[in-house]
Amino acid sequence: QSPEAARLSAEDISPSSNGPRDDDPDDPDDLFAEATEEVSLDSPERQPILSDGPSPAITPVTISPRVDVFDRSPDLVKHRLSSCDGMNAYMVYKVMTKTSLSIFSRDEVCVKRRFSDFLGLHSKLASKYMHMGYIVPPAPEKSIVGMTKVKVGKEDLSSVEFVEKRRSALERYLLRTVKHPALLKDPDVLQFLESSELPRAVSTQALSGAGILRMVNKAADAVNKMTIKMNESDAWFEEKQQQFENLDVQLRKLHASVESLVYHRKELSVNTASFAKSAAMLGNSEDHTALSRALSQLAEVEEKIDQLHQDQSYADFYLISELLGDYVRLITAVKGVFDQRMKAWAKWQDAQVMLQRKREAEAKLQYASKPDKLQQATDEIREWEGKVQQGERDFEQISKNIRREVGRFEKDRVKDFRVVIMKYLESLVHTQQQLIKYWEAFLPEAKAIA
Amino acid sequence: MMQEGLDDGPDFLSEEDRGPRAVNVDLQTDATLQVDISDALSERDKVKFTVHTKSTLPNFKQNEFSVVRQHEEFIWLHDSFVENEEYAGYIIPPAPPRPDFDASREKLQKLGEGEGSMTKEEFTKMKQELEAEYLAIFKKTVAMHEVFLCRVAAHPVLRKDLNFHVFLEYNQDLSVRGKNKKEKLEDFFKNVVKSADGVLVAGVKDVDDFFEHEKTFLLEYHNRVKEASAKSDRKIRSHKNAADDINRIASTLYTLGTQDSTDLCKFFLKVSELFEKTRKIEARVAADEDLKLADLLKYYLRESQAAKDLLYRRGRALVDYENANKALDKARAKNKDVLQAETTQQVCCQKFEKISESAKQELIDFKTRRVAAFRKNLVELAELELKHAKGNLQLLQSCLGVLKGDT
Repeated sequence: QSPEAARLSAEDISPSSNGPRDDDPDDPDDLFAEATEEVSLDSPERQPILSDGPSPAITPVTISPRVDVFDRSPDLVKHRLSSCDGMNAYMVYKVMTKTSLSIFSRDEVCVKRRFSDFLGLHSKLASKYMHMGYIVPPAPEKSIVGMTKVKVGKEDLSSVEFVEKRRSALERYLLRTVKHPALLKDPDVLQFLESSELPRAVSTQALSGAGILRMVNKAADAVNKMTIKMNESDAWFEEKQQQFENLDVQLRKLHASVESLVYHRKELSVNTASFAKSAAMLGNSEDHTALSRALSQLAEVEEKIDQLHQDQSYADFYLISELLGDYVRLITAVKGVFDQRMKAWAKWQDAQVMLQRKREAEAKLQYASKPDKLQQATDEIREWEGKVQQGERDFEQISKNIRREVGRFEKDRVKDFRVVIMKYLESLVHTQQQLIKYWEAFLPEAKAIA
Repeated sequence: MMQEGLDDGPDFLSEEDRGPRAVNVDLQTDATLQVDISDALSERDKVKFTVHTKSTLPNFKQNEFSVVRQHEEFIWLHDSFVENEEYAGYIIPPAPPRPDFDASREKLQKLGEGEGSMTKEEFTKMKQELEAEYLAIFKKTVAMHEVFLCRVAAHPVLRKDLNFHVFLEYNQDLSVRGKNKKEKLEDFFKNVVKSADGVLVAGVKDVDDFFEHEKTFLLEYHNRVKEASAKSDRKIRSHKNAADDINRIASTLYTLGTQDSTDLCKFFLKVSELFEKTRKIEARVAADEDLKLADLLKYYLRESQAAKDLLYRRGRALVDYENANKALDKARAKNKDVLQAETTQQVCCQKFEKISESAKQELIDFKTRRVAAFRKNLVELAELELKHAKGNLQLLQSCLGVLKGDT
């Protein structure tokens, strides 16, 4: 019985999410502007995802990769895990993608990937897109302890849970990645999902999700070392940065409380089971027949309740705790993107400073009558004028991208939290309904004690 | 600290707990002697109980009167029953446990120290909860002291005890100090000897089937109740911890709700409100389980020990009787000190028979009380669990309805 993982697939369709678009319809680069829209099945104005002449028949399922643990099937991994010493074994995940998009060669494809492959994908995407202001979803964290237990062949509950936790995290990572319109058409993503062989990701030590963000966020250090503080002419950016800062603090706090709840709920389940046993023993030793039976019934009720607590704790974890963990990491990526903008601004400023210097140098050479050097200086001025223009263009482009990205991000955030929290509330409803059932069955037993 | 009349103050316990607090004992109260604790005062390191008596018995000077007693005086009274040979054949009502506010006080202190690290709302909320917890412990200790007195008052023989009347009526301090180190050590050794004896006595198979059965039953039952009591305490603690987590989650959701720039702000505020309410219900569930189940088990742990003590005393008397028999036989064989041996044997025989007779009735009453108390508490537990689950369900469903409607 596997716990229900949060499926954040792009196939969730709700008519309510047609809101005002943040993306720019005039932007020719953004072919996938419409791909971010969830449109109701009944809506007549649905656009083809990729129109190139006559549009193909539309189905609402654009793409839904699923990640499964591969060791269910007998070959490869089982062999690896049992033969050589544990530490060299590795877990393989089966990635199954169903899609109707024509950029894919088949509409159903299944590949095997290792954890390091996912990290490799993320590092490529981060290095390609973060400096342009795209929010690249972070990959799941490495966990040496958890994985070691699995490799050493520990069959206990905690390693089973670990594998499931990781599988679920990898699936969410992929779903978020393909939901991003630019990333979806990236060749590395396509290759990851489709090709049967993937070049091994190099030196995964450095490629943990956090490691990548740290590398890319060296921009943050650069920003701190900037002698000229950025003149924020755009209040939107200042406001947004502050909001994300606040959100970060609160989400981390919430995450910590939820993790505590998961732990205590598990503890409650264990203690309830333990109490149930002791109640059964007490019932056995009670010499009044009716009371003895009632106590046994109580023990049974408590045993069922223990299972309820356990299930609820799974829901606490897989629905809420993991969502919060994902968003804490996502917001780090968002902050990284803002830092990239500052880096771009710094680069532009530096170019302007350099241009100024070159102009001054040229002016000096005017009076030195060295025609070769003068020509060189003039050339350099032209070069740096170009760089200044490029710097300004880059800065404006990244600013525009960030505005659009943040709009998309916020829309997704609203939907994610709404969907997940509602699901969670429904799990709580179910728990209470079961409790009522159990106690209603017990009450007449208690009353029957004569 | 807190000066509290028991019937005012926040209603932390369920409504069913007002009124006669002898929830675990189901006693018949009669008009000739009614005892209750009408008030209690918690001071720095002691609790002062106002013991209120209403009686038509001629032994007392007035028909209604009150005195103030502390925990040590209850213990003095209990110990005087235990040491009284006349009462060897009765189950001595177990002494109430010492009032223990240490844990609660520590938490309040920690809260005070951590005041700077949390928001004003969080601080006020936690303070209210800790105060409610303090109040609950307070109410419990009062109930346990009251149950002890009620059991004594309901017992046909013990209610006539002179020490008991002094306890109820004498309006000065009884000057019973707590045991000093020497006395505590003496007690310790007495208990060690008793346990060794207990094993000895338990080993002797009883001719009487009733007592043999009771012995086997009580030994096992006592251990099982101990287990169940410990496990239920742990379970309830986990439950309280989970409720505390939900409290923190509700607070953080509230902050998120006030800060968020998207539509989520209203969403978070509503969910925060929901969790505030469900958390209160969860806390009540834990409290009710504590009251109806944990306290019940704790009480019967003490009562089953008292019943075991009775069996031990009877067993001791039986051994004495058998030894006296042997001594008499020896004396007759040697024809020396026969009269003395006969007298001793008579005394032992009478003592043993007296204890056996009253012990039988006591053990039967014990069973009756036990079954009634468990029935009452299990029924009330189930009813409360249902009430709370239904309340929770209603809150959750109505919130879900509102949230779905908003989208």
